[in-house]
Amino acid sequence: MSYSQLVIDHFNNPLNQGQIKNPDGVGEVGNLTCGDVMKIYIKIEKDAEGDEIISQIKFETFGCVAAIASSSMITELAKGQKLSKAMEIQNEDVMDQLGDLPQPKIHCSVLAADALAEAIYDHLFKTKQEIPEKLQKRHQHIMRVQAAFEEI
Amino acid sequence: MSKHFLKPYLDYAATTPLDPQVFEAMKPFFHEKFGNPASLHWAGQEAAQAMATARNTLAQAINTSPEELTFTSSATESNNLALKGLVWANKSKRNKIIVSAVEHDCVLNTAKWLAMQGIMVEYLQVNQYGEVDLEKLKTQLDKETLLVSVIHANNEIGTIQPIKKIAELCHQVGAYLHIDVSQTFGKIALDVQKLGVDLLTTSAHKIYGPKGIAFLYHKKGVKLSPLLHGGGQELNLRSSTSNVPGIVGFAKAIEIALENQEQEANRLKKLRDYLENGILSSIKNSYLNGHPTNRLYNISNIRFDFIEGEALVMSLSQKGVAASTGSACSSPKLEPSHVLLATGLKPAQAHGSLRLSVGRWTTQDEVEYALGTIQEVVKNLRKISPFKK
Repeated sequence: MSYSQLVIDHFNNPLNQGQIKNPDGVGEVGNLTCGDVMKIYIKIEKDAEGDEIISQIKFETFGCVAAIASSSMITELAKGQKLSKAMEIQNEDVMDQLGDLPQPKIHCSVLAADALAEAIYDHLFKTKQEIPEKLQKRHQHIMRVQAAFEEI
Repeated sequence: MSKHFLKPYLDYAATTPLDPQVFEAMKPFFHEKFGNPASLHWAGQEAAQAMATARNTLAQAINTSPEELTFTSSATESNNLALKGLVWANKSKRNKIIVSAVEHDCVLNTAKWLAMQGIMVEYLQVNQYGEVDLEKLKTQLDKETLLVSVIHANNEIGTIQPIKKIAELCHQVGAYLHIDVSQTFGKIALDVQKLGVDLLTTSAHKIYGPKGIAFLYHKKGVKLSPLLHGGGQELNLRSSTSNVPGIVGFAKAIEIALENQEQEANRLKKLRDYLENGILSSIKNSYLNGHPTNRLYNISNIRFDFIEGEALVMSLSQKGVAASTGSACSSPKLEPSHVLLATGLKPAQAHGSLRLSVGRWTTQDEVEYALGTIQEVVKNLRKISPFKK
């Protein structure tokens, strides 16, 4: 198994790493049994059109090279995006941007996409906004997976 | 030389570079003395002679006779031959084997395969230091037990098992004992008579010998079925054209190892302890895995809270330090190390473990550089982690 140079570069110099004080949304996914936990913090503002955008985004990750590189990439992809667009970001987008990930590490990109979705969900939920059905379903799925792991 | 350019290789437990003296001893057997030892002519006999001498040297190293050694291609093959070969040859007699929970994958996966063939496989549990539970073993051993397989010193944490006591217990019920000495051969004194073992696996590339050569010791009277059938080499037990350069190199490697055994042990233990104590005393929330004293002198396995092993290994490598992880995240399977889990660690703790192993060419400068690098890298990774305090 080996990593692409781009993955290693993101691992060595991760972008958007850290915390946000008083975040508008936080998403935390993964579990220690598998060895990966990701936490994404977002800050929301409105753009000129009045749509909500991700004005700031940071991550903290406990995990392997691929987990840290995926966290770095997804935060870079989501930064400055309209919420409606950011919630559409998939793990495939992270993989495409990173070049590729070794097969056993694909789940790291899934975790990164899940962490972002959860942060957006958290913000919409807390501000009592309408949550799109797709995001609602995704949230429920992530919760089910988390619960299953906690039973192990 | 500036320390910045040091590239400390601290993964001698994974494999070692060939000793230049070993390389010299092997060289003639690639070109001038290339014969097949099975041939009757001068070229064959030259090779056969060298092979006999080498076999003798290796047999003496464990205090046994040359006909009790079978050359194989790897410790994996030797372990497979020991387990499968013994089971196949004794199928009608006994149907159960016991393997320790901290065996190398090549023993564990062979045992799993045998279980699928209908053999009863039991696992021998270990305590928090990785030592097998002798009381438990007593209850597991019975008249159905054909074989017990135990790794002499574990490859991840270095804990040394009480082989002599295990052998006594096995023989009380008429079971055979196989030990895997891949990590200890040449490093600590090994005498199969004194230890009382029936089968023993070892490998050349862990002791500055070449890759691709190993042997299995099997006591006279222990019946084995071959894994490979063919021309009947190795007294019919392992058909394949003999790897003469490898065998000659293996013998040279053990010769050098035994000559300098005590001196090298003292030197390496000092380096290992310097590194280990340096880490444990300067990095908060770092802990030793394995037994503090009853442990192979060149291995150190340390776990760090809040970080993951693969990220640690990669960061260290970027700064020139080669080490390995207790976490199997580096291999296609993502489960944490079965060895660390067997000692009672939680998966998250096992994921954050690092194995450092020193060897013949490790220097004080290198361990000092490694210590500084580990401190720096652990700090950086903890900064990224959501679990930092």
